[in-house]
Amino acid sequence: MVDYSDVALWERVRRNKLAYRYILPAAIVMAVVTAYPIIYQLWMAFTNFSIIHLRDPHPDFVGLRNFIRILKNQVTLENFNFWRTLSFNVIWTFVNVFFHVIIGISLAVALNTPRFALKRFYRSFLIVPWAVPAYISALIWRNMFDSQFGAINLLLAKLGLPHNIAWLSNPSAPIKFFSILPYSFYACLITNVWLGIAFMMVVASGALQSIPKEMYEAAKIDGASERQQFLHITLPLIRFAMAPAIMLGIVWTFNQFNVIYLVSGGGPLGRTEILVTQAYKLVNPSGLFGIASAFGLIVFLILLSVTLLTNRVTRATESVI
Amino acid sequence: MKPKAKEKFKHLILHLYVIFWIAVALFPLLWIISMALDPRNISKPTTLTLIPPGATLDSFKQVFARPYQGADVSFARLLWNSLLVAGGTAMFSVFIGASASYAFSRFKFPGRQTGMMSFLIIFMLPTSAILAPLFVILTVLHLSTSLWGLIFAYTSFTLPFAIWNLKGYFDTVPKELEEAALVDGCDRNSAFFRIILPLSTPALAVTLLFGFMNGWTEWMLAWTFLSQPKSFTLAMTLYNMVGQWNTPWSSFAAFSILVSVPILIIWFLLQKYIVSGLTLGGVKG
Repeated sequence: MVDYSDVALWERVRRNKLAYRYILPAAIVMAVVTAYPIIYQLWMAFTNFSIIHLRDPHPDFVGLRNFIRILKNQVTLENFNFWRTLSFNVIWTFVNVFFHVIIGISLAVALNTPRFALKRFYRSFLIVPWAVPAYISALIWRNMFDSQFGAINLLLAKLGLPHNIAWLSNPSAPIKFFSILPYSFYACLITNVWLGIAFMMVVASGALQSIPKEMYEAAKIDGASERQQFLHITLPLIRFAMAPAIMLGIVWTFNQFNVIYLVSGGGPLGRTEILVTQAYKLVNPSGLFGIASAFGLIVFLILLSVTLLTNRVTRATESVI
Repeated sequence: MKPKAKEKFKHLILHLYVIFWIAVALFPLLWIISMALDPRNISKPTTLTLIPPGATLDSFKQVFARPYQGADVSFARLLWNSLLVAGGTAMFSVFIGASASYAFSRFKFPGRQTGMMSFLIIFMLPTSAILAPLFVILTVLHLSTSLWGLIFAYTSFTLPFAIWNLKGYFDTVPKELEEAALVDGCDRNSAFFRIILPLSTPALAVTLLFGFMNGWTEWMLAWTFLSQPKSFTLAMTLYNMVGQWNTPWSSFAAFSILVSVPILIIWFLLQKYIVSGLTLGGVKG
């Protein structure tokens, strides 16, 4: 029996020759800088590749040993703990995105109030943190959290509050209930919330403007209070427009290298390490390339499931593909 | 309370709320400006004042004179390297991205869905997850000291965004325009260059800017790969400055401002397009 579906496939490929020609340059770049390293990484992850093999890339095959050492926290790197890092990474992501969304929507709603003065003026100021390069903001915040000379402690002193806080080096938890979250977590949180509000606010503003005014008028005639209008009209209607932004926010925050690496450096004692900063440290300065490759693959699998899961929940890409 | 008074009261509360967040948004930036202007070139600030007494631009002069403490390399050199890397990344991602996006938007070819999905997945992939093989490959090939290697790498990181963004925009350009041109004897290539590209200027501008910003601000790969000070970029020099404990904070502040200003200017010029470009998918859904 002849398989006609194959013939049809070949025919469709032939008819779309031009499409593949348009994609070729992108495919070449992606193949060299992304696909080839990933394949190379698949091999490296099963070897004991280290600094000595940079001159002579013939490391020994070690099977699953790298993966086992990572999952059992037996990597020769100070404060390495895969499971603590992973759970911190998840907490970090959700706390951040929660604040981004809440504050972003609240500001968008405030600026969308009928007859509210100075809207455009306010908006252009609120957007400023988004426009500054993120790594520079992170460096600035890092200096602001300096325990002696940082602006935060100087400000707390001016306000008459306790101000000798060692934000970045004190490993104890300021809120006893959240005992695994040291001061530096809050420093990173403040930095990243500051960075991310503008994006959520802008997306929410766009969504709010697309809600027809007649819906609110109808609700008013029916005697709905402002609270009811917000809960039953505004929130359900902006949910769909917010979904892709929330998905992006989750992935960005999950991988927020700049804030963690530059503000807390993963410290103190590795307590605020996230997966991407740990992956970086395994390469530079540690030079544990084999383990770093295995670690990168694990990060990749985790991210893939996070992406597919949030995509399924939010249906973010459905309309675009 | 009368309705009018009630509304006024509500607005007052909202104004206070919004102004609070504006203060939060601007506080770090005002602080950094104040430090940069400080005349004493102090190693650490001790007070909170916007314009310090006797403000000068000395720390800017110092940064121009000797931007990198470790070696003698001019500010102009670093600026040129940054412009080359950022501009190169921007140009490549727009040209290559637009070409691929056109195929994804206009042809129903086998592998289309898989292609888009894999670009999305790569978009999610953090650089540090493939740093080990990149490092090894570039070192073994002796490519690690050239700026072209960097441009090539950055282009591959910005392409997924470029393709998603441009494909979304191309989808909104009516097919009929092209079909009419094809009937009139125009071939696919000139339809792409003469109809689709000119109609997509906003999306092209966002992609260009995105590539430029990435190339201008990326420091992690650059710091990992480049070892010769004469091929350093501004971004990685600024990062290095923080690592050195004796760097005066005023110099750091001045340098940060110099690196941020070009991005701020472009950003505010193109603000409208960035916002619509990034939220297009959302508005459509």
